[in-house]
Amino acid sequence: MASPEVASPGTGRSSGLRSRARMTKTVEEKERVVVRFAGDSGDGMQLTGDRFTSATAVLGNDLATLPDFPAEIRAPAGTVHGVSAFQIQFASSDITTPGDHADVLVAMNPAALKADLSKVDPGGIVIVNEDAFTQRNVEKAGYASDPTTDGSLDGYQLYKVPMTSITVRATVGVGIGKKEAERAKNMFALGLVSWMFGRPTQTTLDWLERKFGGKQEIYDANVAAFKAGYNFGETTELFAHSYKIAAAPVDPGTYRNIAGSTALSWGLIAASQRSGLTLFYASYPITPASELLHELSRHKNFGVITLQAEDEIAAANVALGAAFAGHLAVTGTSGPGMDLKAETLGLAVIMELPMVIVDVQRGGPSTGLPTKTEQGDLLLAMFGRHGESPMPIVAASSPSDCFAVALEAARIAVRYRTPVIVLSDTFLSNSSEPWRVPEVADLPQIDPNFAAPDGDGFLPYARDEKLARPWAVPGTPGLVHRVGGLEREDGTGNISYDPENHERMTHMRQAKVDGIADDIPPLEVDDPSGEAEVLVLGWGSSLGTIRAAANRVRDRGGTVATAHMRHLNPFPVNTGDVVRAYRTVLIPEMNMGQLAMLIRARFLVDAKSFTKVQGLPIFAEDLEEEIERVLHD
Amino acid sequence: MTDVVETLTKKDFTSDQEVRWCPGCGDYAILSAVQGFMPELGIEPHKTVFVSGIGCSGRFTYYMDTYGVHGIHGRAPAIATGIATASPELSVWVVTGDGDGLSIGGNHLIHALRRNVNIKILMFNNQIYGLTKGQYSPTSEEGKVTKSTPFGSVDHPFNPIAVALGAEGTFVARTIDNDRQHLTEVLRQAAAHRGTAFVEIYQNCNVFNDGAFDLLREKSEGVHHQIRLADGEPIIFDEGTKCVIVGDNGRLQVKQTADVDPDRIVVHQAGGRPSLPFGLAHLSLGPHEATCFGVFRNFERPVYGEAMHAQLVSAEERLGKGDLGTLLHGGDTWTVG
Repeated sequence: MASPEVASPGTGRSSGLRSRARMTKTVEEKERVVVRFAGDSGDGMQLTGDRFTSATAVLGNDLATLPDFPAEIRAPAGTVHGVSAFQIQFASSDITTPGDHADVLVAMNPAALKADLSKVDPGGIVIVNEDAFTQRNVEKAGYASDPTTDGSLDGYQLYKVPMTSITVRATVGVGIGKKEAERAKNMFALGLVSWMFGRPTQTTLDWLERKFGGKQEIYDANVAAFKAGYNFGETTELFAHSYKIAAAPVDPGTYRNIAGSTALSWGLIAASQRSGLTLFYASYPITPASELLHELSRHKNFGVITLQAEDEIAAANVALGAAFAGHLAVTGTSGPGMDLKAETLGLAVIMELPMVIVDVQRGGPSTGLPTKTEQGDLLLAMFGRHGESPMPIVAASSPSDCFAVALEAARIAVRYRTPVIVLSDTFLSNSSEPWRVPEVADLPQIDPNFAAPDGDGFLPYARDEKLARPWAVPGTPGLVHRVGGLEREDGTGNISYDPENHERMTHMRQAKVDGIADDIPPLEVDDPSGEAEVLVLGWGSSLGTIRAAANRVRDRGGTVATAHMRHLNPFPVNTGDVVRAYRTVLIPEMNMGQLAMLIRARFLVDAKSFTKVQGLPIFAEDLEEEIERVLHD
Repeated sequence: MTDVVETLTKKDFTSDQEVRWCPGCGDYAILSAVQGFMPELGIEPHKTVFVSGIGCSGRFTYYMDTYGVHGIHGRAPAIATGIATASPELSVWVVTGDGDGLSIGGNHLIHALRRNVNIKILMFNNQIYGLTKGQYSPTSEEGKVTKSTPFGSVDHPFNPIAVALGAEGTFVARTIDNDRQHLTEVLRQAAAHRGTAFVEIYQNCNVFNDGAFDLLREKSEGVHHQIRLADGEPIIFDEGTKCVIVGDNGRLQVKQTADVDPDRIVVHQAGGRPSLPFGLAHLSLGPHEATCFGVFRNFERPVYGEAMHAQLVSAEERLGKGDLGTLLHGGDTWTVG
């Protein structure tokens, strides 16, 4: 049993938190916990979750998060469809998913309870804001009677805490009105849960100072609310335990918590720095890709140019223009924008210029589920252009992996003079995980290798050994040339309607993309037993689910192999050998089986598809069951 | 630099590609005028970029011996925005048509004008879809009989000058394919303008819409119907016999010069508020009556690419030059030994 001091982990700086418990409280060790914060869209649940995540990361726990919010910015307050939630799993061991079920639910109102109670394990902890359970709110949430008093929560550990009124009392004297004070109740909830799991308080206090340092009253109110929540846990008799989750064993190094959207943005900046090319990001606002535009716009001191275009098509064309002008050109969007950019991507294919297109996938078709995740755009990325129009595709598998994937996409684009599609998704973009920060010197360097005049006539469609053509930037004497969407004559780049030339160029463009397979790592298989007959093959954000499910199967003595694809076009050279080496290949995807279709078509392997399209990551337990089923086939 | 200027000739801007417009097309005259005018700018071909879209005008790029992008339908202003913003030192020209620029690419055109990107847009207006063999365009007159409108078009046409003015264009002008001197003079002013210059060029399509501009184009008629605008000059035309005044109802009107007090004749001001240029744009309902030519509006406001680069400089001054290691290691981090 650890000492009660764990409940007050503030650093030397006076935090104003009581350092001695008034009553003896026990500290229970746990290996992993899933906490879910749920409230109205305007209750600040994403912020609360984000701060709890930071404090958790600093403590050295492994973690994975799942922000889960509605498309409406502010749906009517108190209604179930306006509920915004943030889930985090943290552990003293390696974890890969935000958790299938929550151990702790913090519900700020009846609607949040109604929406999310089903996500809590039986016997789990439910903490409600008692003040919000008025007759009116209970009815608005669709309850016939107050679930906190009618016995319907008997199967849970229910804690009723009057968060709003304590927050208001705690902020008396700060100099703000009651309404303003009530808004700080999310900090009360954060303080309470921070106490419960022994999270350091200084991280949050420092953040509040950075965030509200200029607005004294708001800062004071939030600090007071946070401390009130923390002290409430420590001193009241309501809670008998707090919990301790030890740091996870990880490789030595400097770590930070990072969300996928940030990692992807920083990966692009890194590619700019490592290539010496100016990063030019053109984009049209769209959920969930706008985060990239926001993040990159903050870093103009890296010479990053960001342009908010008039529409998706413009964004792609502006980027293509910037690519022609010799910049590291990137456009980012989500599914609907990919549809609109398709014609321009075809132009980029025939112009053979480096360009990166980021598709942060969301639920479709059409506007679909704008704030929910899906992997529905793989075949769109592969084939979503007219004519034979091949493009390399790389996909990120975790929030921090977005960094490496952005760099890899830029490397391929510049080396091969081709547009490259990066597939991310809503889950990767919004969720975060600890990341061992790389040293800059260890990052790959990218050589723009601009064309230089050699005195002879310039051939804009001459090829090097990788079939890449010269990148000749306007302003360079001796390299004046024209490019465009009409078929080019091999070598000269002049317009050509010659049948044989068109066939040659079509094969050339395909061969160039196919040839990238020689320049990427082979597909790695993880099979600790070495005897597996079943391979679980995945791509993108399902990596965490696949690892978790496979580990559970292995823990019970089952043998299963896993492999994860970062490069989806071209496939790694050994992909055929890998998929043919197993009795069964199981492909879990958040779509209707798109990678499965490609694998079956390419390798004539009877791959089995396991799909889920609920706008949420696949639950590890569902995949675990499916693996068991396949193992016993 | 001056040496280079003096040695540049039309030949330096003429590519080796065979020109393939229909014989008699107005595009030939425009191409020749542009190729002939470019040396005057003293900007070398390798510092010049032509960007075009789809349509007969789109081929223009291939005939200029400069850097060039023949893009996709309607998107040339967006591609050019990328080039001009990335490399403000380049001289960037867009060649488009009435279908390319005002129909499928209308959005990019108005937003380029609004932003005031440093590009020069030449819009060849022949009031027809030529490359697709003769459908009505967004500038075709109502009632136009074409392959897609055998009973006559029911679409109301755009007034390209009014569109450009409405989109906050800082330089808006009109000229015509067969008047090389006027065309060149307008190009000269467009090239000197900082920001987006929009030049509508009436261009005869002798195959699908022959004679659309005859009233203005034929020398014998044009002299009576072209209203030549000159900044700071009274608006008088038809050999001085006609003029433009502000009528009692506040609208611009054409009058016999002899019938009006000379003080009432409108003096053209390209740099003033947009109301006068807008009124002049609407003086005629189409090329079948007296129509204004020349520079309707010409004024300065911040140029997009320059403003963007100024932000980069000020960000670096304020935040210091970005350091990747500092970025990656900044904020809340922890170290595991």
